[in-house]
Amino acid sequence: MHTERSEKAAACGTPLTSVWPSGHFDWQKDISGCGVFGVISRSRALIPGTVPVEAMRLMRDRGNGLGGGFAAYGIYPEFAHLYAFHLMCDDEDALERGARTLAEHFDIHHSEPVPTRKVARVGDAPLLRRFFVKPKEVRTRWAFASDDDYVVNAVMFINARVPGVFVASSGKNMGAFKGVGYPEDMAEFYRLDEYKAYIWTAHNRFPTNTPGWWGGAHPFCLLDTGIVHNGEISSYGINRRYLAEHGYECVLQTDTEVVAYLLDLLIRRHGLSREIAAQVFAPPLWEEIDAMPRERREHFTALRTVYGSAMLGGPFAILVSDGRGLMGLNDRMKLRPLVVGEHGDTVYMSSEESAIRRVCPDVTRVWTPRAGEPVMVDLDSPRPAAETL
Amino acid sequence: MPSFQFSDFFVECDEARCTRCRACERQCSYGVHAWDEAARRMTRDSRLCVGCHRCAALCPAHCLSIRRPDPGFRPNALWTPEILRAIGRQAESGGVLLSGAGSPVPKPSYWDRLLLDASQVTNPPMDPLREPMELRTVLGARPDRLEAGPEGRIRSLDSPVLVSEYPILFAAMSFGAISYNIHEGMARAAAELGIYANTGEGGLHPDLYAYGDRIIVQVASGRFGVHRDYLRAGAAMEIKIGQGAKPGIGGHLPGAKIDAEVSRTRMIPEGSDALSPAPHHDIYSIEDLLQLIRTLKEATEDSKPVSVKVAAVHNIAAIVSGIVRAGADMVVIDGFRGGTGAAPAMIRDNVGIPIELALAAADNRLREEGIRHRASIVASGGIRCSADALKAIALGADAVAIGSAALIACGCTLCGHCYTGKCPWGIATNQPELKKRQKPAEVARRLVNLVRAWGHEMEEMLGGMGLNAIEGLRGNRDKLRGVGLSRLELDILGVKHAGL
Amino acid sequence: MTGVVQHAGKSGDMAAAGPEVRLDAEGLESRELNARVRRCLAEGAGAVDIRNICGHRYLADALDSPVDITLHGTPGQNLGAFMRGPRILVRGNAQDGVGNTMDDGEIRINGHAGDVLGYAMRGGRILIRGDVGYRVGIHMKAYADRLPIIVIGGKAGAFLGEYMAGGVIILLGLDTQYPAAPLAGRRLGTGMHGGRIFVRGQVPPELLGDGLLVDRADGEDLALIETQVRAWADAFGRDSDAALAVPFSRIRPASGRPYGNLYTGMD
Repeated sequence: MHTERSEKAAACGTPLTSVWPSGHFDWQKDISGCGVFGVISRSRALIPGTVPVEAMRLMRDRGNGLGGGFAAYGIYPEFAHLYAFHLMCDDEDALERGARTLAEHFDIHHSEPVPTRKVARVGDAPLLRRFFVKPKEVRTRWAFASDDDYVVNAVMFINARVPGVFVASSGKNMGAFKGVGYPEDMAEFYRLDEYKAYIWTAHNRFPTNTPGWWGGAHPFCLLDTGIVHNGEISSYGINRRYLAEHGYECVLQTDTEVVAYLLDLLIRRHGLSREIAAQVFAPPLWEEIDAMPRERREHFTALRTVYGSAMLGGPFAILVSDGRGLMGLNDRMKLRPLVVGEHGDTVYMSSEESAIRRVCPDVTRVWTPRAGEPVMVDLDSPRPAAETL
Repeated sequence: MPSFQFSDFFVECDEARCTRCRACERQCSYGVHAWDEAARRMTRDSRLCVGCHRCAALCPAHCLSIRRPDPGFRPNALWTPEILRAIGRQAESGGVLLSGAGSPVPKPSYWDRLLLDASQVTNPPMDPLREPMELRTVLGARPDRLEAGPEGRIRSLDSPVLVSEYPILFAAMSFGAISYNIHEGMARAAAELGIYANTGEGGLHPDLYAYGDRIIVQVASGRFGVHRDYLRAGAAMEIKIGQGAKPGIGGHLPGAKIDAEVSRTRMIPEGSDALSPAPHHDIYSIEDLLQLIRTLKEATEDSKPVSVKVAAVHNIAAIVSGIVRAGADMVVIDGFRGGTGAAPAMIRDNVGIPIELALAAADNRLREEGIRHRASIVASGGIRCSADALKAIALGADAVAIGSAALIACGCTLCGHCYTGKCPWGIATNQPELKKRQKPAEVARRLVNLVRAWGHEMEEMLGGMGLNAIEGLRGNRDKLRGVGLSRLELDILGVKHAGL
Repeated sequence: MTGVVQHAGKSGDMAAAGPEVRLDAEGLESRELNARVRRCLAEGAGAVDIRNICGHRYLADALDSPVDITLHGTPGQNLGAFMRGPRILVRGNAQDGVGNTMDDGEIRINGHAGDVLGYAMRGGRILIRGDVGYRVGIHMKAYADRLPIIVIGGKAGAFLGEYMAGGVIILLGLDTQYPAAPLAGRRLGTGMHGGRIFVRGQVPPELLGDGLLVDRADGEDLALIETQVRAWADAFGRDSDAALAVPFSRIRPASGRPYGNLYTGMD
């Protein structure tokens, strides 16, 4: 996998603004089924890592032990103003290359190994290190990019061009903890029982294509956005080519990657809301659009006309956090399960209701969002999620 | 509106030899032959002929010949007569083009570009007529290693397996799509040969439960005739996800084919359409497949292996890997030349990939991932002869499944009109006067003969390679060489070019 | 990790006809739990009461004895698949795949249920107090004396009764979490070629799939509806008279062969 990426790098060491790597047709899409879980405390009460871990343990049969992971938000309050890079490196040399690349582009305020413990069922872990960084004032590359764009370019650069190094996450006050194994084993390995967060997302993977690659596990993260995904995106081929037109290079062979980049494109770069991004992903049927009042009809007609290549085909249930909230979204035919539960100001989203009940037996409302209708819960919002029903 | 119809075939009669016995009239279910009372002779409407050759085969005077005339259109390499006719049909009806049997279009056959090896000088060939030659094939999941107990004995296997005396199975063909007598004949042949027949997706007729230990019971999206006793009756269960002739779509067995016996077997009312949805609606993702596999295993208390049948499609290697990781004990990969009772022609002729490439890629992938032992692979879709079967085994299949070949053994001439339900050979029909043309005992005899003959040929070829057990050939691509294949094709197949 | 907890006083006479056995599912995997249930039945249990059900899958899969099974909690996928006989009461909600290819028996869910409930169900009855998810009753079929029945107390997701070939679905829309939502999602009865769907009140036409006939339920159907709605109300302590106070719409396929004209022969 890494070798293949470095070959690509050698073939096309070009700027990232237009990305048509040679042999861009020569890719294999990851196919994976999964279980997803997310939890958010609207009041930013800290939720122990055992909550998502126990929920995932219950949904063990949704994965096959080849991928598990968690994203946690609110875990680095002392470095909240810095980008936290979680690096996965093949070996010491790769770590050295990764650290050097970061140092070329960023002021590194602090770095340390990601704490882990030995777990018998987890083998062959990469070297894991986290860096808390700030973009350099004087930049040799991407001089006119905003800080966020600068970080995105750096992530793309490292993932595609620095052999043996993978950026697992790059947001502020958050981090991804993932790898090859069942989620509960990953949690043990990463000592997640020692973390508390106000948003967690978690994933149990059933990959069929890229076993044994830690970077291929979910959550897939870019800046503050972290995604966990269940299903297969049938439209991956065109989503990927559309993203390439906009400078995103998909190198990870996982269809979830396109969701992360599409969100980045639609929300951060095109300035659209999360609601609209969700509508682009899972728009209403034309027959429904035809029956809408004129303004809504025009709204959706325009969305489908312009962003048709960003529509996600096939079955999916995704949970997305951007550090400010948690969104759950189903495909428009509801081909994957997604259940929402609420208790006080804590909201749970899960592939299975039983996983919510496992960690919150007193859950007060449990419901299933309708196809293509996002459920959004924001930090600091006084509004219960069930109000949207 | 008037219909523009052209003749596909010319039916000619040598009047001098015709005895006016009218057998042709009785045999033809398409109404080609008619008796002209006034003229006291047979007449023919060639436009109705489907080219099945039933009349010619049964004519006692051998006076009938069926020819394919030059269609007489101005030659055009792009707009062939077939295309012209298809457009005309659709303009008249607005319908989806329906076809039967495997695709007749010239799809590449890699079997014909692969050659088997033989021993010369450096090691001796074996003589199968006088020396032991073993084709017995065990199908199912195997542990990655065995442990000897305290007395140095190996415990028996935990997981249930199938033991087939030949690496050949009868492919899944449903009762309903084909007649009861063929189904019974296949079951009897499988029992006599010690191999396995497959119910297809139409359930198992109550009278055939007696052959259950030689039958793989299929569970498809329509769940026809699927219940706990059915699951427990078979030697193994098979989840049908797809089929090479029509990947990605379901099926519509028209109500006309649902007679009393089909109704009883499928457990749906007589005369009602049997619609099979495109997906299993409880499988929208790989973890859902795991769920159904486990549900089937729970239903049978882990006493039977579970097979999963898929069509060979683009990402087949990853798909097969996922299926194995979901707990399947066998995977059937059906290539794009696979047969069918009815399939939209566009799909049959344009969707899917060759079995040879799919098989090679899937076998490679499972070995790369170290999970090849967890499931057996059965290759199907246009296996025509014992050499095709052996080449499939050398590429990595544990066994092959034969459908079209088995029906051809019973008389099928691939006229491709199975979907009409009027099969003059009594195969793809449930009309009483037609289906009685096949006798279960005779069907069984023909199938036993065919498989035994293929077995002898396989033994000859195996022996020629210096092998006396099929294990030595399974996945042994060194016994294959390619001719006229590109480097990429050879890479995918994992074989060297002839001469190397 | 408590395992089997048997009734005090009953533990000694498992072989006697129909004692109730209590199990605790805490810490048990689905396979272990199912094996224990089967063992209880083999030993003659007439009823099984299981506490701490949480996500356990394939419960009562392919069981064929007329045993009463009570589940406390939220059972997992494919509850009652291939089942022929048991009467299951779920004291809680159910997930996806309830009654998959079920043959006979009854499942009562005192809560809501997920997607694809009653897929290819051929007989028996499923009563749901509240809402159900998408594709419920898909490809239900009736055969001979078997008439599968689903009564939904709440609302349903899209594709209710898709491909339906037989049987009865009754949709009440009463006990719902989604007061603002329509009774059912779109494409209600799409591809239906047998069976009947009864909806309490009017069916908004935009919800219906193609090729359906909609009228007011009458004749023998009224007795059927009444019986089933009363069974639903009894099961969950609801007011059956109020549930029956509104006329029911009846949805049937216009043809048993909805795709009869879809195809044309190649030649």
